[in-house]
Amino acid sequence: MSVAMPRPDQSVLARRERIVAALRAIVPGEGVIAAEPEMRPYETDGLTAYRQLPMVVVLPETTQQVSRILAFCHAEGIKVVPRGAGTSLSGGALPLSDGVLLGMAKFNRIREIDFANRLAIVEPGVTNLAVTQAVEHAGFYYAPDPSSQIACTIGGNVAENSGGVHCLKYGMTTNNLLGCELVLMTGEVVRLGGKHLDAGGYDLLGIVTGSEGLLGVVTEITVRILKKPDGARAVLIGFASSEDAGECVGKVIGAGIIPAGMEMMDRPAIHAAEEFVHAGYPLDVDALLIIEVDGPRAEVDHLITRLEAIARSCRAVACRASSSEEERLLFWAGRKAAFPAVGRISPDYYCMDGTIPRARLPQVLKRMRELSETYGLAVANVFHAGDGNLHPLILYDANKPAELERTERFGADILRLCVEVGGVLTGEHGVGVEKRDLMPAMFSEADLNQQQRLKCAFDDKGLLNPGKVFPTLHRCAELGRMHVHAGRVAFPDIPRF
Amino acid sequence: MPDTLQPRDAKDVEAAVQSALAEGKTIEIVGHGSKRAIGRPAQTDLTLDLSALSGITLYEPEELVLSAKAGTPLAEIEALLAAKGQQLAFEPMNCAAILAGVASRGTIGGALATNISGPRRIKAGAARDHFLGFCAVSGRGETFKSGGRVVKNVTGYDLCKLMAGSWGTLAAMTEVTIKVLPRPETEQTLLIRGLEPAQAITAMTAAMGSSCDVSGAAHLPAEIAVRVPAGEMAGGAVTALRLEGFLPSVAERMRMLEVLMQPFGELGSGDEMVSRRLWTAIRDVAPFAAEASNRSAPGHERALWRVSTAPSRGAEFAAAIANAAHAHIFYDWAGGLIWLTLEPGQDAGAALIRRAVTAIGGHATLIRAPASVRAAIDVFAPQDPAVAALTKRVKDGFDPKGVLNPGRMWAGV
Repeated sequence: MSVAMPRPDQSVLARRERIVAALRAIVPGEGVIAAEPEMRPYETDGLTAYRQLPMVVVLPETTQQVSRILAFCHAEGIKVVPRGAGTSLSGGALPLSDGVLLGMAKFNRIREIDFANRLAIVEPGVTNLAVTQAVEHAGFYYAPDPSSQIACTIGGNVAENSGGVHCLKYGMTTNNLLGCELVLMTGEVVRLGGKHLDAGGYDLLGIVTGSEGLLGVVTEITVRILKKPDGARAVLIGFASSEDAGECVGKVIGAGIIPAGMEMMDRPAIHAAEEFVHAGYPLDVDALLIIEVDGPRAEVDHLITRLEAIARSCRAVACRASSSEEERLLFWAGRKAAFPAVGRISPDYYCMDGTIPRARLPQVLKRMRELSETYGLAVANVFHAGDGNLHPLILYDANKPAELERTERFGADILRLCVEVGGVLTGEHGVGVEKRDLMPAMFSEADLNQQQRLKCAFDDKGLLNPGKVFPTLHRCAELGRMHVHAGRVAFPDIPRF
Repeated sequence: MPDTLQPRDAKDVEAAVQSALAEGKTIEIVGHGSKRAIGRPAQTDLTLDLSALSGITLYEPEELVLSAKAGTPLAEIEALLAAKGQQLAFEPMNCAAILAGVASRGTIGGALATNISGPRRIKAGAARDHFLGFCAVSGRGETFKSGGRVVKNVTGYDLCKLMAGSWGTLAAMTEVTIKVLPRPETEQTLLIRGLEPAQAITAMTAAMGSSCDVSGAAHLPAEIAVRVPAGEMAGGAVTALRLEGFLPSVAERMRMLEVLMQPFGELGSGDEMVSRRLWTAIRDVAPFAAEASNRSAPGHERALWRVSTAPSRGAEFAAAIANAAHAHIFYDWAGGLIWLTLEPGQDAGAALIRRAVTAIGGHATLIRAPASVRAAIDVFAPQDPAVAALTKRVKDGFDPKGVLNPGRMWAGV
């Protein structure tokens, strides 16, 4: 593990037995796990390179229990790491050796479905896919669809502001929420939003979404649900170069088309996926696009025709539109299996997640090939082409000495490259511990300090998920200090009236 | 009359806030002043006029992004977007109709800081949903930035959401980046005539729950419909459903929607021109402009409220108000957004409105009332103690000395 976590508080560790007993008084029965073998499953999340046993695991079932746990930890100065299903790819749920791991898995009920207002009220441990499954009998669905949707929970989606292949058209988690119940580190319970749109004051729901478990613990979430489109078709387009593919993506958007999904794969990813699922991908191309449009039949057919024309104008060497639902799903099967497909050709792979202005793609891919040679590590790329979200998969072997460290350095270089060309460190996986120390590549100290002041408004002692997102932790008192330079010239030469 | 400072660039803004801090003065942040009459009346030592911070700094249509200095006129941005077949999907309103003395369409900074969105909110989201990044000067006198210039980004806290709807109480934005979207190829509106509000909400709920992809759903009772300068609206209540998109798609969805709406009442339809005029009128709350035009007697115009509630409860909410006072009401957002006017009276009907909101859920903002009324009552939704305390702590994190737009939203914030 190459990332330093906050130093364990020995005084907390010394009180471990008393802390476990106190938690047992709040959550009876099997809701408190203190034995090492039973805590093992919680030592890591989707970023398995990082592992740490927590001090204790607690699995509350009610908001009141969460409130009492947090109030107790606040009073006792104990750190808390919240966790949903543990599918984070950035180490957002990595435990702390002196921290309580707060597992929200038992909050797994759907509390209300309100078709008239097109919403569902769910507990945070409900999986993403379960929300859709609960409403699909009436033709509705929940739009954000991260690829871990079978396993990942809505609570985790809120923490990470999760996206998915359809978020270009339908938005990320933050665009699909109406309200939540939030427990602050003090144990206070606040309700944000409701069944109505927008906030009457500050948009605190918007701030909590994507805050990576650093501001509070959500215990109930109100999500918007949408009517399923009547149909969807996809078109599979191969190009001799990524430049041509990039041009095609630009022209699609330039034509006023916002596809439901627009995915790109490079040659290594195409080959790995095709060998794995036999989706019928062309193998003699350098870039492959899958563009999906949805809506009523007339719209879908109209757009497919236009997409085919745009593809031809961008020198597509292969172009096939799905003519049945089976074929559409087959097109996607390869893309959806791209990660495990790469997993078959390499002992390990490391999934990166940066966003770039899409026009810079050829430049970024070229530079990545150079880095690949420098580091002696192969890389395959899948790319949410519509919104510029790039997922390079670095192939490595953890059993070879120092190869993981080399991989991490390669990954960091890729992310710095993303920022350099005008992009960002993470499009949907979050900062977590993984990109924490790269934050200064994107933000100045003033930027990061201002973000931490917001954290102070929610968690004045810095006990909630410390060691994530921010490379340097400051005390709130220090961040709050003002340096007012009294006696300076008033409004030096600013035009005044 | 407070001193007005007109910074030329972001550095000037920083210097202005730092100087104000050093002198213990407070600042009102103004763009074009188009929404200046909304909120609690300002009593600041200084006015910070950001209108000279103007100009589009980046526009990449194929990346769907645009950056502009905060004081850039919305009209300039909309014109440039239109030239490239794009638009601001959140349909920011033009306050000139409802607020006396407003001539400007406003600035991009103002549209984002107030998070006011139009009819397409139900489909495309609010201003907040299109706000990608910004540069600002906090009430601490420090320049900071957040977000980025790409449409997908989760790096750090999403401070854009916090700035949207903070009415300049946290920081003075100097430059912003927004997501822009293609302008639909065409639009059409289906009209259903003669419905009572409760029936209209049932009809709009059915439309929104269909796959017709409705991008506007409003109900205008008879006395309101007659005031809409879109033609074909006179002669009874009108429920309007907008469809936008590519021609063949709009045509097919219109056929589907007509079948779905047939049982509810007599159908009519508005072609592209009628549709545009109608939805612009709804966006700008034009039915309540006539009252505002009574400029010979300022202070006597009816108070205007904007209420967001669960769509299915919209008619119930309106009935609760209408039974107790002579309210004029219309509905947008499929019933979830209620615009209503009341006699200004002592409190602009606040007690009545707040009671109904408490019972039914949602929030209400007083958009138009005499300054004396706005100074005396809560203009923004009153908050429960825990949220109010959290709001105050957030304010303190950005503006601990209360320099920026103090008291604009709530006393002490």
